[in-house]
This record gives sequence, C-alpha cells and structure tokens, in this order.
Amino acid sequence: MSETKNVMIVGVGGQGSLLASKLLGRLLLDAGYDVKVSEVHGMSQRGGSVVTYVRYGDKVYSPLVDEGEADYIISFELLEAARWLPYLKKDGQIVTNIQQIDPMPVITGAMEYPTDLVEKMKQTGAKVDAIDCLSLAQQAGSAKAVNIVLMGRLSHYFDMPEEAWQKAMEAVVPAKFLEMNKKAFELGKNV
Amino acid sequence: MKKLMLGNQAFARGLYEAGCLFVSSYPGTPSTEVTEEAAKYDEIYCEWAPNEKVAMEAAFGASLAGRRSFCGMKHVGLNVAADPLYTMSYTGVNAGIVICVADDAGMHSSQNEQDSRHHAIASKVPMLEPADSEEARTFAALAYDLSEEYDTPIIIKMCTRVAHSQSVVETAERKVPDRKAYEKNIPKYVMMPGNAIRRHPFVEDRMKRMAQWAENCEINRVEKATVTSPNGRKVGIITSSTSYQYVKEVFGNSVSVLKLGMVNPLPEKLIKDFAKDNEVLIVVEELDPIIENHCKSLGLSVHGKDLLPMCGEFSQNLLRKCLGGLVWGREHTADQVLSVDDPIPGRPPVMCAGCPHRGLFYTLNKNKCTVLGDIGCYTLGAVAPLSAIDTTLCMGASVSAIHGFNKAGEGENEGKTVAVIGDSTFMHSGMTGLANIAYNQSDSTVIILDNSITGMTGHQQNPTTGYNIKGDPAGKIDLEALCKSMGFERVRVVDPYDLKATDAAIKEELAAKEPSVIISRRPCALLKYVKHNKPVCVNTDKCIGCKSCMKIGCPAISMKDGKAHIDETLCVGCGVCEQLCPVGAFEHTEE
Ligand SMILES: Cc1ncc(C[n+]2csc(CCOP(=O)(O)OP(=O)(O)O)c2C)c(N)n1
Ligand code: SF4
Ligand code: SF4
Repeated sequence: MSETKNVMIVGVGGQGSLLASKLLGRLLLDAGYDVKVSEVHGMSQRGGSVVTYVRYGDKVYSPLVDEGEADYIISFELLEAARWLPYLKKDGQIVTNIQQIDPMPVITGAMEYPTDLVEKMKQTGAKVDAIDCLSLAQQAGSAKAVNIVLMGRLSHYFDMPEEAWQKAMEAVVPAKFLEMNKKAFELGKNV
Repeated sequence: MKKLMLGNQAFARGLYEAGCLFVSSYPGTPSTEVTEEAAKYDEIYCEWAPNEKVAMEAAFGASLAGRRSFCGMKHVGLNVAADPLYTMSYTGVNAGIVICVADDAGMHSSQNEQDSRHHAIASKVPMLEPADSEEARTFAALAYDLSEEYDTPIIIKMCTRVAHSQSVVETAERKVPDRKAYEKNIPKYVMMPGNAIRRHPFVEDRMKRMAQWAENCEINRVEKATVTSPNGRKVGIITSSTSYQYVKEVFGNSVSVLKLGMVNPLPEKLIKDFAKDNEVLIVVEELDPIIENHCKSLGLSVHGKDLLPMCGEFSQNLLRKCLGGLVWGREHTADQVLSVDDPIPGRPPVMCAGCPHRGLFYTLNKNKCTVLGDIGCYTLGAVAPLSAIDTTLCMGASVSAIHGFNKAGEGENEGKTVAVIGDSTFMHSGMTGLANIAYNQSDSTVIILDNSITGMTGHQQNPTTGYNIKGDPAGKIDLEALCKSMGFERVRVVDPYDLKATDAAIKEELAAKEPSVIISRRPCALLKYVKHNKPVCVNTDKCIGCKSCMKIGCPAISMKDGKAHIDETLCVGCGVCEQLCPVGAFEHTEE
C-alpha cells in the first residue's frame, strides 16, 4: 500500500492556481491514484492568501494537508511560501516563484516585506527550489503561464513519465494555448 | 467513468441524474456551485431567486406542479427560509423536494458559525450529510426517493470541506420520473389551524418511521476495527461528514467507526449496539454536540466536546492532539514545524483595484459618518485604511437598523448616519426595511451600492442586472422607480468614481430633513463587459510623497523610495487616487 502524498499549491488570489491543481488532479487520477483536491473559494479570491491541497495515494481520506505534512509546497509568490512553510514535512520540497507581491500591511507601511526569504527558508533545513517563473512564462509567450512553469519544475521531482504530464496537459489546457503551455512546462522543467 | 468532481458539482450531477427539473436558489458560499453547476444542464430549469425564502417557496410550487425540485443556500440562508421550511414539514410534497444547506465551520466566508442541524431537528425535516463528492451525488438521488416515500422535504447538509473538495465520482444516466399530476388537497396543503392540527401528528409519526429507517439504512454504517487499538481497549467513534475523513485518516482501522449519513433523525438501537461493542465511545462532530447529546439521552457514557472544540473546523492534527491520549493511551507530541523568524505580514482579502465601492467609503470616512453596513464585497469597507463601516449583522440589517438608530437617537444621529447596502442584498431583504422607513418615517439616508452584480459570492446575476443565471436577458428592476414608488421624494444617482459629486450628494442628503436614497452606481471592476482605462502613473518629479493617494487602500498603489508607485498590472485607471493628489503628480499612460 502506498502512503498518501501531500502537495500544497499556495499563492495570491487571482494568480491562476486553479489550472495547476486541475492539471495535477488529472495527472494523478490517470495514474490510477485515489485523489482529493481541496480549495477554499469566496473571500480568498479578493487578493487574499489562497491555498489548494492535493492529496493522492491508494485511498485518501482527509481533504486537508495539515502542519508538518506536505511533501511538496508549490508557491506562486515568495512570501506565501514562507507563510506556509510550517506545513512542510521535514524532508519536504518547496518549489517557489521568486515574484514578490506586497500585501496590504506592506502597502500601507504597517509592516515590512521580509528580506532574503529564500536563504532564510533554506536555513530552516527546508529544500527550496526558487525560480523566476515570470520571466520563463514570458519567454514561453504569456505571463499567465507561471502556473505551468511551476508544474514543469514539479515534474522534475515527481516520479511520473513525461508522456503522462503531456497527456494531462492536453486534457486540461485549452487547445489554442497548448503549444505555449508546453513550452512553459519545458522551460520550468529544465531550468 | 471516473471523474474528479467538486462536492457541489457532484451534488448537481446527482440532481441531474435523479431527474430534478426545477432549481431556485440564492447564492452563498460554500453552496453556490451546486446551482451554478446545475445550470449547465440544459434539461434543468435554473434560476437565482431574490432570497432563500422565495427560492424555497418556488421549489415548493414546482413540487406541487409534480416535478422534482431543488433549492440551495448557505447556513444563514436557512434562517431566511426557515418560515416555509417549518411548515413544508407539515404539508409534505407532491414530487420530491431537496434542499441544500452548506455550513461553514471555520468561517472561511461567513458572519457566524451556526450548525444547521438544529434547523432540521426543530423543523422535523430529515437531514442527510455526505462526506465526499460521491456521496453528494448518490445522496441527492436517495433524498428524492425518501422525499416522495415519506412525504417530506429532505435537507442535504454540506460543509466547506465537502462542498469545495474534489474527489472521485462515478456518474450514472439521468432518469426523469413522470410528472405527478397536481391534485387539490386542502387538508394537506392549506395549513390553517384545523388542518395543521391534523398534519402535526403525521409529522411526528413520519419522524418515527424515518428513525426506524435510520436503524438499517446503508448510509448509516459500521466499519469494524481490524487491528487492536494501541491502548488495548476497543474504541468506537461515531461521526459524519468531513469529520469521518479525519477519523479514518488518523486512526485508520484501529478504531471502529459508526459513520452516519443521516444526521436527523438519529438511530437509537444502532448507536446502543455500537456502544455495547466498544469499551470507549467518542463522538467526533464539528460545531455543536448534537450526536453527543443524543447518545447521552440514550444513557450512554460518551466523550465528545469534553475533548474536542466547539469552535472552528477540525483537521487531522487536531484529532491527534485532542484524542490521541484517549485512543492511543499516550499524548500526541507534534514535531517542531519549520518556520522563518521574520514576522510574516498577513494577506487579507481586499477590494479589487478599481472597485467602485472604494470612492464611496473614502468619502464616508472623510465625512466621519456612522455607517450601518451590510454584507457583500463592500463589507471590506470596514478594513483599514477605509475603516468606514460601523456594523455588519445579516443581510438587509443596514436599512432596518438605521431606522431604529435614528428614531431612538434623540436627533443626534440623522445628520451623520447612513446605511449602505449592495444591489443584490437590497433585493434580498433591503426593500422591506426601506418600506419601514417610508411608512414609519425616519429621516434616514440609505445608500444602495449598485455595482450591477452579486460580487461577493462570485458574480451572480440578480433582479437589478437585467440578466438571468444563464446570462440571457431577463426582467430588470428599476431601483429609482422602486424607491420613488415607496414614497421617497429624494432619490439620486451618483458615480462613486467622482469623489466631488459623491461628497456633495452625501452632504446634501444628510442635511435634508426627510428620508432619502442615494444610488451609488458603477459596475464591478471585474465584470467582463467593463472597459477599463489605461493605468495611471506617477510623475516622481512631482510626487511629494504625502501618501494622500494611499488613503483609499488601492492594492495597486504602494510607496517606493518615498514616492507613490502604481502597479500597472493591477491598475485599471479608475482615477480615484488621482483626485486625492494635491500636486497633480498623476499622469495617464499613452497607448
Ligand atoms: C442570508 C444570506 N444569504 C447569503 C449570504 C451570502 N452573501 C453574502 S454577501 C451576498 C451578496 C452580495 O452582493 P451585493 O449586495 O450585490 O454586494 P457586492 O458583493 O456585489 O458588493 C451574499 C449572497 C449571506 N451572507 N446571508
Ligand atoms: S469583485 Fe467587484 S465589487 Fe467586489 S471588490 Fe472586486 S471590484 Fe469590488
Ligand atoms: S487609478 Fe488609482 S485607484 Fe484606480 S485602480 Fe489605478 S491605482 Fe487604483
């Protein structure tokens, strides 16, 4: 029996994490796993911090990932990676975009955006893979492809054949954006 | 075919498969997608009603007409629809009626954390509670059969984690039962005292029969422990919904589980037998101790809220922490989690860049108004730096409360108090409050924030927008004409992007010694048809770093090196910030 694996996708409302979780869900379902994908809608869409949990294994019960349980944290934004760090397992992997988006307390000057977050996260013992997804997405043809760049990077750590990812992408990405997204995936995978 | 579906989507699939033909709902997180997904099936007639009471009564009418009907709402929506619910329990149905109510333990997007099971118990209406998407689908079909067999509406209770989690479902074909002819039946459907007196015993008997059903039904099932619990004692856990998932996740097969798919009425013998088979009995349920109290009423000794919290939602770690000692015989010690030392600034939800509500709240704050608020995106007007809202109670309460506030305020409040209410909320339950102002004559100023959509819950159409749930043209209620027809002489429209005009309107209507309505009109910045201007930019040579433009809390504006800076990926060029700049540092970007 294979143990349940936990992935968290975190970011800022409106950054497009929905497509990423859809892609993962499809990939894992096709691979024969039981899968649960859990997201919170509503308030969180107004630029708030958003989190999606993806869990897979022989049989998945809880839809949530709790503190200390995540095998992977995929982050669209640097501060969000740091915010959810307590959810990472001891030997878990963070894949994060280095983009920084100021939250309201920083905008109003009430608080500061912490500096050197990648270094500080590494100092806790976490494995951190930080990449400039925005540039890679733009290189692929659209700033919106950050999500697929991140998925490409995740594929580097996931034990799943390349064709399976390609098939899942074909299933969830609209045909006219497929080429661009495949490029984004490759760029993410091979940085 | 196996598919991943959101709980709410699977619920809609279940409605479709069971031959539901009529859906009338009012949006509310986390229930909204059941209706939105149902609307994607062309075979089902779907609509957004102005509020939950109307929706439920429409569903009642459709049932009378012989078609399986549905209405969906969030937990607080059932308070609004409680009136028809409690008497529909007496009338029963013609074709089946299924009601979805979605609770929000943890209050991800709600104003309270009430437990809907109380309504089911009080109204004597059976309630089912699915624990994942597949159950949401199959329970929908089962609920229609039960509804027709036992002559009762059936409530299916969702919760945030079941509604908004995707899990695997198998789909089935749609089967539509024949239309049941409507037959006049005064003793059954006319609930005046003489008839209701005869229906009440029917209701009591029905619940007894349903409780009998609950003893042997498939959806209440025992999963026996297959390995002994580490403490050597036989532990039995009674649970339902998402709590069941946490129990299985944490304790696996080392405990026996009684999983309840029906939470009202609750079985007696099934529970007593389960208790007999186990040495330790625990109830794991979010929010109120309803199953626990039922067990206690059966004379059973049981753990529950002595170990588990009443507030908030559960999770696997919470169960480890609260129940580990009892189940494992040793306290659970959580590993030290990883974290950086720096304080992490919060990222609360904010009004979007270019939100039409922003200019209005800035002006209310500037005029030091007392603002009786309501529920919607505009509730975020309470957050710094706007900090403009004084109260938020429930939908419609702004308009009703300002009347009392002004009447009882001995003349001190009228000149500085306003009520603010969104267009959807006004249609939901603001109109009746406005009628009270018109009728009992308080000198109140009500501001309707007409952004032409129901924003908060994800952009649903409503009776003021001119479109229906499918996006097709529909009736459109004229707010000005409506207010005038109620007797308001002072009704005016302002554009909240125009700060000067908004300020003047507020000052004048507050000064006027009669009731008034201001319609603050500008569509939500996220609507697809809204054409935005080019982003503004700041001329850093002119900017004196006074932060005047930051008083509106637009997420597109920040300070960089002592000067205002505009994030042009966010800015929609609404121009509100520009009007606050004392030195004219704002410029418009070229093509
Ligand atoms: C009784 C009840 N039903 C539903 C909800 C969920 N809900 C919160 S605000 C809202 C409507 C908001 O729309 P509107 O008044 O137009 O304001 P907007 O969000 O567009 O600014 C709804 C449906 C609720 N809180 N209470
Ligand atoms: S969704 Fe529309 S109404 Fe709501 S905050 Fe954004 S712009 Fe404002
Ligand atoms: S014009 Fe100013 S207030 Fe409007 S969206 Fe742009 S930065 Fe925000």
